[in-house]
Amino acid sequence: MSRAIGRNAIVSSTKSVAFAALLMPFVAIVWAIIYDPVSLGANPAEAILHQTGDWILNALLLTLAITPLRRMTGINDLIRFRRMFGLFAAFYALCHMLAYLAFDRLFDLSDMAREIVKRPFILVGFLAFLILIPLAVTSTRGWVLRLGGKAWARLHKGIYAVAILGSVHYLWLVKRDLTWPLIYSAAFLLLFLARWPKPVPRLVGVRKAG
Amino acid sequence: MRSWSGPKILSSEITPKELYLNRRQWIAGSGAVIAASVLPNRAKAATSPEPLKATPNTAFKPSDPATDKKLATTYNNFYEFGTGKGDPARNAEALTIRPWTIEIAGEVAKPKTIGIEDILKMELEERIYRLRCVEAWSMVIPWIGLPFNKIAALVEPTSKAKFVRFTTANRPDEMPGLRSRVLDWPYQEGLRLDEAMHPLTLLTVGMYGETLPKQNGAPVRIVVPWKYGFKSAKSIVKIEFTETQPATAWNLAAPSEYGFYSNVNPEVDHPRWSQRKERLLPALFSDRATEKFNGYTDVASLYAGMDLRVNY
Repeated sequence: MSRAIGRNAIVSSTKSVAFAALLMPFVAIVWAIIYDPVSLGANPAEAILHQTGDWILNALLLTLAITPLRRMTGINDLIRFRRMFGLFAAFYALCHMLAYLAFDRLFDLSDMAREIVKRPFILVGFLAFLILIPLAVTSTRGWVLRLGGKAWARLHKGIYAVAILGSVHYLWLVKRDLTWPLIYSAAFLLLFLARWPKPVPRLVGVRKAG
Repeated sequence: MRSWSGPKILSSEITPKELYLNRRQWIAGSGAVIAASVLPNRAKAATSPEPLKATPNTAFKPSDPATDKKLATTYNNFYEFGTGKGDPARNAEALTIRPWTIEIAGEVAKPKTIGIEDILKMELEERIYRLRCVEAWSMVIPWIGLPFNKIAALVEPTSKAKFVRFTTANRPDEMPGLRSRVLDWPYQEGLRLDEAMHPLTLLTVGMYGETLPKQNGAPVRIVVPWKYGFKSAKSIVKIEFTETQPATAWNLAAPSEYGFYSNVNPEVDHPRWSQRKERLLPALFSDRATEKFNGYTDVASLYAGMDLRVNY
C-alpha cells in the first residue's frame, strides 16, 4: 500500500513539473507580447505562429512516445502522462489557430474560411485541428467509460491522422528549406514504427482445431 | 640572516613607483600597439558599415517612417548564409567585401570591370523605398545608391541587349549556405532591359546613412522596389546584358510560384498563400492592403497590354 502511495507521489510531482515545463512556451510568448515584443524579432506574428506550431508537434511527439516507452521500459505509470501531453497538443493547436485568425486574418472568420478552402496547406492544418477537438473533449476517464474502451481506442487512433496532417502542413508551408519539417516527419515515423507490431495477446484456453 | 649574494641592483634600476602602480594599463597599452601593427589591416577595413554621404532624393518618401535599422539588419533572406531569418546577421561577417569588383559584360560596346570604390565615388542619392517580400511582409528602407541606368550608360548596351542578368558572389569558403542545394548557386536574377533602365532601379551601396551591412548584400546590390524582394539581388559580382531572358534562382527552384517578373500584385496570389495583404514589420497584424507594383505605379506603362496573371 505504501509502495503505491510512494509511486503516486512520484507520478504526481513529475506531472506537475511536466505541466509547468509544457506551459512555459505559452507563458513566454504571452509575456513577450505584453512586455517585450522586441524579443520576438522583426516579425513577431511569424515567430508566434512558428513557436506554437513547434509545440503542437513537440506535444504530439511526447504523446506518441508513451506507448513505445511503456513497452520498452515496462514502466506502466507512463500512461498517466499521455492525456496531459495530448491535451497540450490540443492547447497549442488552439493557440496556433487563434494566432493565425488574429494576426493573418484580422479576426475575420469568413476570410479565414475562404483561405482554408483555397490553400491546401492551411486546409490540412485545419483538419488536424478539427480532429484534435473530439480527442480533447473525450480525453477523460468518464468518456472512456461512456464510449467503452474499444470505441474510445478506435476514436483516439485519430492522433495518428493529426500527426500526419500536421507534418504535411509543415512540409507544405515552408518556402524551400525542408530540413525541420523532414526532421519532425522522421520522428513521427519512428514513433509509428516503434509501436508495431502490436504485441500478440496470449490466447488462453483456445480450443485447438479438429 | 643570510647575506644577499645575488646581483647588485643600482637604485637607478628600481622601477619608479608611478610606473609600478600603473603597470597593468601600460602593458595593455603597449600590447594594443603591437597587436595593431601585427594584425592585417583587413580586420578593420570594411567589416562594419561606415558612414556614407548621399544627397536625399525627396521625390521618394513613403508615408510610413523607415523601419528600425535593427530589424532591417537582423531579419534577412540571404540563403547563402543560411535559410533562417537570423542566419545572415550571424554568418555574413565571413564575407570579404574588399577588394570587390563588378564585371559588366555581354551585349555592350564598352565592357568594364569596375571596383566598388569607383561606385562609391559617384553621385549617390538616398532614396526611401518600400520593400515587399514575397512572404507578405514589408519594410521601409532608406537606401543609398544611384540609378542603374547611369552605370549602363558607361558600358553602352548594344541593340542586341534585351535583358540584364545580375550574379551574386559565390564563395563556398565564406558562405556556409552554399552547402545546401536549396537554390541553384550562384544566385542569379534578371530584369528586362527597360525595367533595369527605369529610373527607380537603384544600384545600391548603402542604407541608413552607411555602407551596406554584409547581411543586406554588401558591398553592392540592386534594388527594384516594385517587385518582390528576392528580385533585388545582393552582393553582385557580375552584370551582363543579354539577348535572351536570364534564368532566375527562385524561378528555377519553383517555377509555378516565382515568375520572372514577380511584380508586387495583390490580384495575383502566390499558389500557396494570398498576396492581398501584407504585414509592415514589426506589426503583429497583416492589416496593410498590398498595392499593385508596391505603390510604384509609374512602372505600369512597362507592362501595358501584358496579362500580369500569366506573366507573374
